[in-house]
Amino acid sequence: MRLKCLALAGAVAFVLGGTHLASAGPTLDAVKSRGAVKCGVNTGLAGFSLPDSQGKWTGIDADGCRVVAAAVLGDATKVQFVPLNAQQRFTALQSGEVDILYRNTTWTLTRDASQGLEFAGVNFYDGQGFLVPNSLGVKSALELDGATVCVQPGTTTELNLADYFRTHNMKLQTVVIEALDQLLQAFEQGRCQVYTTDKSGLAASLANDLSNPGDYTILPETISKEPLGPAVRRGDDEWFTIVKWSLYAQLEAEEAGITSKNVDEQKASSQSPTVQRLLGVQGDMGKQLGIDNAWAYNIVKQVGNYGEMYDRNVGPSTPLKLPRGQNALWNAGGLMYGIPVR
Amino acid sequence: MQQVDHLTTTPEAPPRGSSGAFVWVRKNLFGSIFSSILTLVICGLIIWFVPSLVEWALIKAVWPGAGADACRAASGEGACWAVIGDKWRLIIFGRYPFDEHWRPTLAMLVLMGTVLVSCDRRFWSARLIVVWILGMLVFLWLMGGGFGLTSVPTGLWGGLPLTMMLAFFGMVVAFPLAILLALGRRSSLPLIKVVSVVYIELIRGVPLISLLFMGSFLLPLFMPAGTTIDAVLRAQIAIILFQAAYLAETIRGGLQALPKGQSEAADALALGYWKTQLLIVLPQALKISIPPIVGSLISLFKDTSLVAIVSLSDLLLSMRQAMGDPVWRPFFVEAFLFIMLIYWAFCFSMSKYSQYLERTLETGHRRR
Repeated sequence: MRLKCLALAGAVAFVLGGTHLASAGPTLDAVKSRGAVKCGVNTGLAGFSLPDSQGKWTGIDADGCRVVAAAVLGDATKVQFVPLNAQQRFTALQSGEVDILYRNTTWTLTRDASQGLEFAGVNFYDGQGFLVPNSLGVKSALELDGATVCVQPGTTTELNLADYFRTHNMKLQTVVIEALDQLLQAFEQGRCQVYTTDKSGLAASLANDLSNPGDYTILPETISKEPLGPAVRRGDDEWFTIVKWSLYAQLEAEEAGITSKNVDEQKASSQSPTVQRLLGVQGDMGKQLGIDNAWAYNIVKQVGNYGEMYDRNVGPSTPLKLPRGQNALWNAGGLMYGIPVR
Repeated sequence: MQQVDHLTTTPEAPPRGSSGAFVWVRKNLFGSIFSSILTLVICGLIIWFVPSLVEWALIKAVWPGAGADACRAASGEGACWAVIGDKWRLIIFGRYPFDEHWRPTLAMLVLMGTVLVSCDRRFWSARLIVVWILGMLVFLWLMGGGFGLTSVPTGLWGGLPLTMMLAFFGMVVAFPLAILLALGRRSSLPLIKVVSVVYIELIRGVPLISLLFMGSFLLPLFMPAGTTIDAVLRAQIAIILFQAAYLAETIRGGLQALPKGQSEAADALALGYWKTQLLIVLPQALKISIPPIVGSLISLFKDTSLVAIVSLSDLLLSMRQAMGDPVWRPFFVEAFLFIMLIYWAFCFSMSKYSQYLERTLETGHRRR
């Protein structure tokens, strides 16, 4: 049975391969023949990937998947979301169960070098911080010696916490609770004095979960860098390049002032070579990636530029109320720097 | 005639002080000093607890239709049932396409119907196998599509239909497997016996959660690149394998409870092995084992919530996903109560059915 399938796949690949000069890479071929991008996302994290009341995925990671589908297949809806927990995520990518891992995963050297995957960029810059009740009378994380800290297990968060306290010769007591709702309850009831996670998570909890948000403060220190981004399987450079550039295309679109609303107008009348190249009016940017030349047009038209995606999912008008901060474009004081599409 | 009239005169009332509500209370609730103290303590707890529960759950509750702001205003005083009003479809159906929710609804009804038919003793025959095969096929067709329905990949199945499927399919498919294992373990052929014993003890020696982990993490790495087995199927197979081992031991208990004379009598009638088992031994052994079998179905139904750890959106995980919404996140207790009620409704009816069976199947095998 398997042999038959292989033979059939081989035959199909041969026929298809005959029409193209260069091979587009196994993942792109698989995605095209399947007609959908398989995208591994968090089982539920507000702002990143979470099913809404109708079961439709929302969040910047979920939209990141749609961006790739729009670029490759011309249709942002052609995504098969595969919810994954923290332990499953790398196995699922390695075994081919997903084509991309878009699951608020921190880009680190170890993960990039040794786990059979590589990160294609950063879609959100985060950093770990501390949330404390005002009654604790603490103004800086350096005053937390001997504090009891609530933390979720199994991620870099727990390790960063231990590192930070050890570096500063402070005594640490942790209360480890897996489920966020239970952890927040413990924090509110005073079972721990400090709650630590990425600052985006702290801001979201402050805005939504705590019954008296005015009684709490996020301490100024950021104790870790958490660049979150999409990862792909190692060894398929064509696919890696597509995912990477679909991310940059969104940044370039924002920088050039192209939004989902004005993209048609820009495509028709803009005289800027940057815009023309990006939207496929001029040059063959998409073709060089092995995909449709209207790739970036499809991305912006169907999902939006980076700023639109940010505002819709995590921005100040959403329940998470996150300011752009270091996720602003480089020319607006942030870290988001789109590599030129040319 | 007259004599009969004479005989049916009203019997005399029992002596005063030996019946009536007051007597029942005195006998059962205040029979000794210890039970009197217990009764008072429990009454105290009820008086202390129930009014505040009623106030929280009913009087001051925020009902569906209201927004999250109303819930926040009532936070700590009244329950927020509005969260169920907003999220119940995500909790019950998971991420199944919203416009197609009639399909899982119908699929659940078909499965419930099949289960109810199997509960009726009049249908206990070989026909039931056909009923189940048809029921399962219709369920899978409604959920998965094809033949005129749009196709819905298993990745989108979730909520109660998935929980029901994992539990009931798991039970039904494991059943024949379990019978073979139970017979195999008692077999006089060494090879069959060893294989059965090793299988049963191996599976019973590991928790279900590790079987699910194996299927979810290790299996994909062993497979050649590019081939994947469906995640729902992997979990379903793990549950079937697990359930078969436990069920086999339950059935073996029934087999051992049978007097040896039954199979000896069958031998004397020159019945072969399979005829002996099918006509004489199994019908009696299974009858004895039915209450514990229903019991293991109850625990299986609850065990299915373990698939949440391999990211299948069963009832528990789809509830947690619904509660990931920061707007409604603070009201997770109400959502937990909601699915608790669903689990309880299923398990309680199964438990009641099991008690009913114990009564009706009583044929004097049991010592009193």
